[in-house]
Parts: sequence; C-alpha cells; structure tokens
Amino acid sequence: MSDGIGARVARKEDKRFITGKGRYTDDIRVENQAYAAFVRSPHAHARVTGINAASAEAMEGVIAVLNGQQLTGDGIGNIICGWAITSKDGSPMNMGAWSALATEKVRYVGDAVAVVVAETQAQARLAAEAVEVDYEELPAVVQADAALSGGAPEIHDNAPGNLIYDWELGDEAATDAGIAEAAHVTELDITNQRLSPNPMEPRSAVAIYDGAEDHYTLYTTSQNPHVARLVLSAFYQVAPEHKLRVIAPDVGGGFGSKIYIYPEEITCLWASMKTGRSVKWTSDRSEAFLTDAHGRDHITKAKMGFDASGRITGFKIDTIANFGAYMSLFSSAVPTYLYATLLSGQYDISNIHCNVRAVYTNTVPVDAYRGAGRPEACYLIERMMETAAREMGLDPGELRRRNFITAFPHETPVIMAYDAGDFGGNLDKAMAAADVAGFAARKAEAAGRGKLRGLGYSCYIEACGIAPSAAVGSLGAGVGLWESAEVRVNPVGTIEILTGSHSHGQGHETTFAQVVADRFGLPIDNVSIVHGDTDKVQFGMGTYGSRSGAVGISAIVKAMDKVEAKVKKIAAHTLEASEEDIVIEGGEVKVAGTDKSMGWHEVGLAAYTGHNLPEGLEPGLKEGAFYDPINFTFPAGAYIAEVEVDPETGVTQIVRFTAADDFGTIINPMIVEGQVHGGVAQGIGQAMLEQVVYDEGGQLITGSYMDYCMPRADDVPFYTLEHNSTVCPNNPLGIKGCGEAGAIGAPPAVINAITDAIGSNDLAMPATPQAVWSAIQASKAPLAAE
Amino acid sequence: MYEAKYHKPASLTDAATALAGSSDGAVLAGGQTLLPTMKQHLAAPSDLIDVRAIDAMRGITVSEGAVTIGAATTHAEVAGSAVVRENIPALACLAGGIGDPAVRHMGTMGGSVANNDPAADYPAAVLGLGATVVTTSREIPADEFFDGLFSTDLEEGEIITQIRFPIAARAGYSKFPNPASRYALVGVFVAETGGAIRVAVTGAGADGVFRHSGMEAALATTVSTSVLDDVAVDAGDLVSDIHASAEYRAHLVTVMAKRAVEALS
Repeated sequence: MSDGIGARVARKEDKRFITGKGRYTDDIRVENQAYAAFVRSPHAHARVTGINAASAEAMEGVIAVLNGQQLTGDGIGNIICGWAITSKDGSPMNMGAWSALATEKVRYVGDAVAVVVAETQAQARLAAEAVEVDYEELPAVVQADAALSGGAPEIHDNAPGNLIYDWELGDEAATDAGIAEAAHVTELDITNQRLSPNPMEPRSAVAIYDGAEDHYTLYTTSQNPHVARLVLSAFYQVAPEHKLRVIAPDVGGGFGSKIYIYPEEITCLWASMKTGRSVKWTSDRSEAFLTDAHGRDHITKAKMGFDASGRITGFKIDTIANFGAYMSLFSSAVPTYLYATLLSGQYDISNIHCNVRAVYTNTVPVDAYRGAGRPEACYLIERMMETAAREMGLDPGELRRRNFITAFPHETPVIMAYDAGDFGGNLDKAMAAADVAGFAARKAEAAGRGKLRGLGYSCYIEACGIAPSAAVGSLGAGVGLWESAEVRVNPVGTIEILTGSHSHGQGHETTFAQVVADRFGLPIDNVSIVHGDTDKVQFGMGTYGSRSGAVGISAIVKAMDKVEAKVKKIAAHTLEASEEDIVIEGGEVKVAGTDKSMGWHEVGLAAYTGHNLPEGLEPGLKEGAFYDPINFTFPAGAYIAEVEVDPETGVTQIVRFTAADDFGTIINPMIVEGQVHGGVAQGIGQAMLEQVVYDEGGQLITGSYMDYCMPRADDVPFYTLEHNSTVCPNNPLGIKGCGEAGAIGAPPAVINAITDAIGSNDLAMPATPQAVWSAIQASKAPLAAE
Repeated sequence: MYEAKYHKPASLTDAATALAGSSDGAVLAGGQTLLPTMKQHLAAPSDLIDVRAIDAMRGITVSEGAVTIGAATTHAEVAGSAVVRENIPALACLAGGIGDPAVRHMGTMGGSVANNDPAADYPAAVLGLGATVVTTSREIPADEFFDGLFSTDLEEGEIITQIRFPIAARAGYSKFPNPASRYALVGVFVAETGGAIRVAVTGAGADGVFRHSGMEAALATTVSTSVLDDVAVDAGDLVSDIHASAEYRAHLVTVMAKRAVEALS
C-alpha cells in the first residue's frame, strides 16, 4: 500500500502553502470590516490613573475607543489559568485577576489598556498613539528569584511575596537519605532561559457579531478552536457556546503559543458587539515579541547522589518558575506535571524530590512552548548525568547505561508509568551512527587546526499523548484531554475525517489520510481532513503536547472501527455471507475465501440509498468516537552532538548531530523527520542563540530580530537520524508522538558537547560566542586540546 | 508606517528641489534602515526622495589610482563589480558580506555611509582606505567625515554623490557578525595605501567607527599578525551590550585585526 502507514507521502497540503494559496486568519476579509489597534503600556508596572481618548476619537476613521472599565462593565470575565495547582501546605494557587484590557494596573510592557476600532488599520494605529493614558509608575521586578526576595514590588494583591504556589512532588526525607548515603554527590545550578516562540504567522483575530441572531464568529490563530470557544464562553461570558463559532483556518505555526486565549481575541469579539462592525486585529512582529506567551524561564538548584558503582541514590531539585505578569491558560501545569513528573529521565531512581515555586514578575506571561516543562527536566537531568560522569571519571554513556530503566512497565517515584522503551538500544544506534569510536581521532585532527572538539550526549524522555482525562482531572486540570473524530463515508465512497486535532504545520491532512487509506485500501486522494471549525467538528481538544498522533489518530481509528462494523453488516447482507467472513482490502469488501465482493463505493451507495439494508440497520455511513488515552506515551531517544570551538573567538560550530528516536509507530517518516529537524533546530536555538532579555526596569531589550537571535540555516548542521521504534502498547496504532522531541533532547546534547570541548562546565544557555569565550577564559583552559 | 510623499527625481537638481520643498524630507537610498525605522514609527519624514535613479550617483569607474563608486550603487553591485574585485578585492568582499541578499540588492553605499550606523561595514572601508566622500557641495576626507553614532559631517540638504577609494597596495577586512543582526559585532579593515597602513574598526567603538593608532604604528614596523599581540586595545572606549561586553569586543578587535592582516591582498 504505497500511501499507507509507513509511506513517505508528499504532503497534500503543501500545494496550497507553497503556491501562496493558504488561507490564514489575516486573509479573511468580511463585509463591514473594521480594524483594531491596542493601546499598550510602555511601563512594566504602573497604576492607570486616567485615559483620555477625546483626541483619538476625533481622528479620521475612528469608530470607537474602548477601555477596560467598559469591558468589565459589560460583564466580560477575567482571563484564567485552567489548571489548579495546590501548594504543599494545602492552599490553592494565588491567581491574580487578568482583565483583557487593564483596569487599575498594568503589569508588563505591552499590557493592553484600551483598543481603538477604525476604518483602516493605519487609522487605528495612529489613533492608538493619540490615546492619552496617565500612569503612576511603580517599581518593577523581572527576575524570578528577585521577585521572591523580601521587599520586591508586589504585582498582585492576592499573591503575597509574588508567590503563586509552593508545590512539591516526591518523598523529600527518602531523597535526602539517599543523597546522604551517596559515595558521590553532583550539584548544579541551572538556568533554563526565557524564549520567545516566534511562529512564522503572527497572531490574528477577526470577530464578527451578528446582531440579528445575537451570534458571534471568531476567526483566530488557534491550536485548539474548541477550547477557545469553551473558555470564551464559560469564563469570559462573551457568548454561550451555541452562539459562538470559532474557526482556526490555516495557521502558520504555534509551538504552544497559540494554545492560549489572549486578551486580543476577547476584546475583538466584545468590540464587534459594541461597534456593530466586524473587528480585525493582526499582530505585527514587534507586538508578537511584546505579547505572545514566552516559554521556559526556570532557575534551578539540584543535587544527585551516586553510589560507588555509579547508581543514582537520590535526586533533589529546587526550581523557581517565572510566570510573568499573569497566569496564562496552562501555565501552572508546565513546571509541575509536565516537568517534575519527568525528572526520573530514562533512569531507575528510587528517590526524587522536586520543589517548585511559581512567581509573578513584570514580564510577558509564560506558558507552554514546544516541549513545555520536559525540555527543562531533560536539560537538568542530562547536564547532571554528563557532569557527574566527568566528576567520577566515568564515560558519560556508560554512566547512563548503569542507570537505564530496562524493564517495563516502570513506575517512577514522580508518578509516571513508563510503558515501553529501549533506552540502551537508542544509545547504541546513536553511538554507531555518530561514530563515537572515531571521535578521538577527529578531536586530535581538530586540535591540529587549533580547534577544540567536543562530544555531548542527551538521553531524553518525554510524556506525550496528553492525556488520560481522569488522571489529569485528579491533578487539577479543568478539562479532559481526550480527542474526538468523525468518519463520514460519502455515497460515492470518498471519506471525510472530522477531527478535533488541529494542524498548524504538522501535516495532518496527509498523515491522517494515510491512516484511513491504509485501513480501507483507498487512495489518500479519496480522503480529506476537516478540522479547525467548531461548526463542522463537534468538539476537540486541539493539538499540543505531541498528542495528535497518539490521541487524535486513535479517535479516528476508533471511529473507523465502527464504520468497518457497519460496512461488514451491509456487505454481509448484500453478498449473503456471514459478517465474520467479510474482509476489507484494496478498496474491495470481500467474502473471505470466495470470489464474492463489492467495491467500497458500492457499500457507500448501498448505505445511502437504503434500498437493501439489513433489517433494523439505519441508513447512512457516518460514525463518531471519543478516545480517552489510558496513559501518557513516552517517546525517548539518544542524541549526540559533536562541536568544534574556535578558542580565539568562542565561535562554536556543530559539526555532527545524531538523533536516534523511539516514536513508536511512524505514519509518515518524511513528516516525522521534518518534525525532528525543526525541533532540533529550535533546541539548538535555545542552546546557542535565543534568549529573551528585559532590562531591570522591565523594558524588553530583545524586541526584534536585531537582538533576538533565531536559528538560521547556517547555524544548524545536517542531521543524522535513526529510528529505534518500540510500539506503544496503550493505543491502537502504537504511536508515541514526535513533535517536541528535538526541542527537548537537543539543548543538553549541545551544551554537553561544548563543555566537553572547552573543559569547563560553567556554561549557561545560550552558549553564544561570548559566553563560550568567557567560559574558556574563566577556566584558563588550554587553547588547544591535548 | 506614517504616510510620506514619495519622489523619484532623475537629477541632483530635482532631488535638491524636492528636499528643499519638503517640510521634513529624507533621502531614500535603499531604505534598509530608514524604512524599518518608519515601520516602527520611530521616524516620520514628510517626504521620501529616492535617489537611486540619479545618473550622477551611479556607476563604478577607475582612474588615477582610485575607484570611484556612485553613492546609489547597491552592495550587490559593488560585490559583483569586476572593477572593484580587481582593484580593491577587500572592498568587494566586504560588500558581499553585508546583511543578506535582499539587503544587498536594495541597500546602497551612500545610504550606509550617510547613516553611519556604528555596526555597519562600509564605514570601516571608507576610513580604512582613506576614501574621499564626494557630496553635492564638496569633497570630505574620510578622517573628517564620521562624527560619532549615526552622525556625519554632512550638512542639511547635502547628499553624498560618490565615494572615491584610493587603490590600496593591499587590503583586508575581517568581520565578526552579531549572531542576531549579522551586523558587525566587530569588523576590522586593514589597508596599506601609498606605503601607509591604516586600521579601521567598526562595530566596537562607543563613538562609532575609529582608527586604531596603536595597531597602525605596530603594523608600520612589520606587516604581520605577531606584532598585534603586543598592542593593547582599550575596552574602555568600546560598546557593551547584550551581545558582547566591551572586554570581549576588545579581544575580538585584536583577533579580527589579525585575520584582516592574514587576508591582505
């Protein structure tokens, strides 16, 4: 089956993307179109003492200038975080109020205080500059540790000391004991720096209010339009769900940043109702830097104990997570259930304890960004393992092998149940492909050229396929994390798959069609994927956390099971055979062992004509299913980076990068490899290039690509990719997920390689040339390898 | 972007008229800095006078030991010019490393030099080669032209028409790009012209492009990288920002100077 599971099918959606025919939110133009521009705070922390819109209102083309008092006065609710985390003392998290338009206070540079609606975008922007806002400036705090120190300015009244929660996981006493009895203890202070997500398409919203029907339509750049509708309806009281349609058309990348409901969509919906106009807002890149939810921003102290044979005796972690000025939709879950639960890595560790304090600062809200908690966990563990190996004089691969989990299922002390994996096999494949055996010779050759060559490992694991609804519910999630699907077989036999997953670069229109084609023996061109519209797809939880394969496809498979059962009933009746003898293959529905068969399309026609159906069987051929996973899935792998450092300048080149991944069943290897390439590039970006920088007063320094360094083609190497698939036992196709692996696994591999090259472990991300050069100077390392 | 009136004069006279007739006009010479600045609402000229169609500002000629380049010549044209590559290969090499292909096909030499961005490449070549900036009203030696960050000796309404570069016996440029912007974090242009050595540094100076007299003195004795080891670069005069401390820049000035010397041709 050339189009089926495992085939490198060219992406069906690419014709429209590469010919400029994609239809993104900003491409939507409707009758009565007006444009919104936001008035944003230039201060990181200030009291709003007055807004004078008189001159703006008088400007050409201005329809309305609206503010937060009006918004809250109309009953629009505050933006919420949807995952309740309980502090270790039993108290609930301290969630501060977040109005879509600030009322009394602004809390970060870019916080919206008012919106201008005008006939054109240019008029709206000009008028936004003319709105006079009086601020009474307040002291600001930017760094997470500084926000917790006594005397820091307090950002929300109900979060004393800026503390949102103080949470723990694991057995502290047992962990302390394990470390106390260790033969060797490795300690690390690690910062996982703040990143800006930078999807190629900036956020955008088009809100359309229909006064006659009292109905709203919102086109928006969302990874999960149904969740958007639910939250807009249930928490912000914009409109009841049946009066609100949310459409996420083509979306140009998300990386997590388009999961959340932002002030702009809420404001556009409300402003559309207030003005009777369709209201459109599209972020420019400067606004994206100022307002898109950031990622990471952890400060961590950790120690790990080892016995004399190198076995881990305990792992203790203390993390401060910077949440920015407000709690974004899933922010609370990231440094807790997506981070601490992965701190066992690939290793058999009896005792782990993690404490996490989440804090407010005067910065952009922080939420999930490609990997979300798992990169922070992986970076910590894998730098710890490499550092420990060096301190103990052990080969870093060997130290890992001594601690690998080898038997499954395996329960970690941080509440994860790993279901399958082959960690040693991943490392074997990676080491062979990376030619680790030949490294010493390459290092010597590089030294002859005055270059420092280094090798670094990273053995990552992540929890994907998010997530069993009852389990996440018990941990505080406000939603279930199942997925839905509907399989519609048309009378001519073509198939439409309606899915709650959302494709914004992942290639679902191809991979999902491959699964269906594979199941029924049809060409993938006979299958189309419908997604991203709450009026078409009944419900869905969207795409993030590498869940669309493991959860979204599983829902499709479950719906196809029901379709197949009905097809067999119809065929058995028509062909006068027993249902058990019916087989579907190659587009034919056959009676096994006979020459009796009917075409797939003939079954479709029979179902819809209803002329000759088994007694009691409904006409039509359409089935839906909700799939709720029974566990997370656990993609894992071994990454090896090899770098060359120019000791004169600190310039580091990645000369080899090898990734051996276990993603379970792979539907389309080409698309999966593309996901790995992109993820690793983002991981290299974090390791060597990217960092959001605020000054002490909370002004964003890295507000453009002049200062925020995104990876370019010449920053990344060619990749060597290997697959070592173990099938996930917990979903029908054995899929684990692949979307975040690269961003999780790459950073520690790169940093471990650089620290290996320069002979100093005192190196933080991003390892810019200056950082590497400074680390060399500080350690007074020899300028050439031995 | 605020609205601005666009002019495309065919002559310097027409350009001067347009500039004089505008309330707050700006010369548009490729726009690779001006247009992004306008998009960010950081500049709001009333009129844009696009000088790229003015013949007197175009063309590359060689005569009397100098290469003369029209101010409206794009970086790509300089990089690809047989005349420049033959006579001052380091200048062609420098032009080929500015920005990216889109910038090189829009941005012009005159625009870059007039803007005097402290991290731009061309000022290092102009100063390192001891070029002469020819304007609508006079000729300005490079040593008198650059006047601090984004500031030059140009007067109101004065437009650069050409830049005349003496043909060096040999020259070399080495640039350490800012990882994000790809402007020069440090760029050093070394030239030996008429028996004299000049060393111009861009990207690093707190007041923009500058000549390093210590390096020039050292190289005047022997043109070799080793003499630079003993030349101190004072970090106190250099820029410190999120991309590089003054100390790191000082170190890079030495490294880039050595590489420029190695690249002399």
